[in-house]
Amino acid sequence: MELSNKSVVVLDYGFGNVRSAERALAHAGAQVEITRDYDRAMAADGLLVPGVGAFAACMKGLRAARGDWIVGRRLSGGRPVMGICVGMQILFGRGIEHGVEAEGLDEWPGTVEPLRAPVVPHMGWNTVEAPGDSRLFAGLDAGERYYFVHSYAVRTWELEATNPHIPAPKVTWSTHGEPFVAAVENGPLWATQFHPEKSGDAGARLLRNWLDTL
Amino acid sequence: MTLAVRVIPCLDVDNGRVVKGVNFQNLRDAGDPVEMAKIYGEEGADELTFLDITASSGDRETTYDVVRRTAEQVFIPLTVGGGVRTPEDVDRLLRAGADKVGVNTAAIARPELIREIAERFGSQVLVLSVDARRCGEGTVTPSGYEVTTHGGRRGTGIDAVEWAHRAAELGAGEILLNSMDADGTKDGYDTAMIEAVRKHVTIPVIASGGAGKAADFAPAIAAGADAVLAASVFHFGDLRIGEVKAALRGAGHPVR
Repeated sequence: MELSNKSVVVLDYGFGNVRSAERALAHAGAQVEITRDYDRAMAADGLLVPGVGAFAACMKGLRAARGDWIVGRRLSGGRPVMGICVGMQILFGRGIEHGVEAEGLDEWPGTVEPLRAPVVPHMGWNTVEAPGDSRLFAGLDAGERYYFVHSYAVRTWELEATNPHIPAPKVTWSTHGEPFVAAVENGPLWATQFHPEKSGDAGARLLRNWLDTL
Repeated sequence: MTLAVRVIPCLDVDNGRVVKGVNFQNLRDAGDPVEMAKIYGEEGADELTFLDITASSGDRETTYDVVRRTAEQVFIPLTVGGGVRTPEDVDRLLRAGADKVGVNTAAIARPELIREIAERFGSQVLVLSVDARRCGEGTVTPSGYEVTTHGGRRGTGIDAVEWAHRAAELGAGEILLNSMDADGTKDGYDTAMIEAVRKHVTIPVIASGGAGKAADFAPAIAAGADAVLAASVFHFGDLRIGEVKAALRGAGHPVR
């Protein structure tokens, strides 16, 4: 694998399979470091925010590690950040799990809610519907499948594109029982509900697409 | 957009070595779980499962090493089961690189273990393995299926369907339903048992036990399974992952 020489910090805040993310990013050609160190996280070309488990617990862990501050500072400087799974969910306004509501980072308006489907968790390989001009899914076939594991999702994309000078966010959808947000590309902030680090060759391609933008 | 049916090969690992297996072409060492995992991954396996049958718990370090090396090279989900008794065991396996952990006997002895693991790591990491059989002489459960231990040699008198339901309520993310009657027969999955469990749980069900030919897999899905797991038919080269997927696709089930 050709090295891209892009540096990525996988944010280590106690939630998420940081090793999986590290290995997949390294496999995709990045120089990867797992840390919560503010300077290192700010200096990296890209910051990846993984996340597994409960929304509220992840938010608590993220705040304890000052991850909310790191993400906010990077984004205010236009520095790329990518969230994965619950690492994507916490970018929204709020999450409701087991009837308990928790505040998210509120980078995007919206609510993470229980997925309404006959079988939950949504676990396995599903297809997505990406906008034609998506950079994240560039070069990937429309029928390609990605690995999902989640019981909660964002069912409504609420951010209105009002400023014609700012490119509108690109929102990718998937369906399990009902449509939900599967990925977002919004300026420097990208995210996937699925796990690219566990999505085989398609996931590797997708991570390379992200690295290419850094 | 429909979720694909998952095809999952399972490797029995003893002291870091695959217990049974044949040499595939381009496979240097059929006994190396990492090599086997890579081959399965390349052939299109949707997930991998390692069942650690190492007798001595003192040798667990070998298992962690195998998991570590596999996770470095195979970028699909990996479940590791066998001998998991505490949340600390789960923590160690996840840190080594497992994505999910299979729990079986320890949860029968102490169901609260399911809740403890789910609360600490999330439901999605917990695959509850249920070794079940039809009730024999002298045992009666409401569903007619009983949970067993010791590889099916000991009955527990616990209703298998009720146990699956309760495990889901306690926080299990998935049920690995292994038919001890069908296991090893190569006569097909126990579809009646899959149907019985499917009716009572809304978490994914992985069917296991009895696969002998490519046509055996679709009936398990039709009975309500979300995924199919098999061991020996893959290891002995009787079937390749691609053949199973082709048969599933032919039966109208979406596959990757």
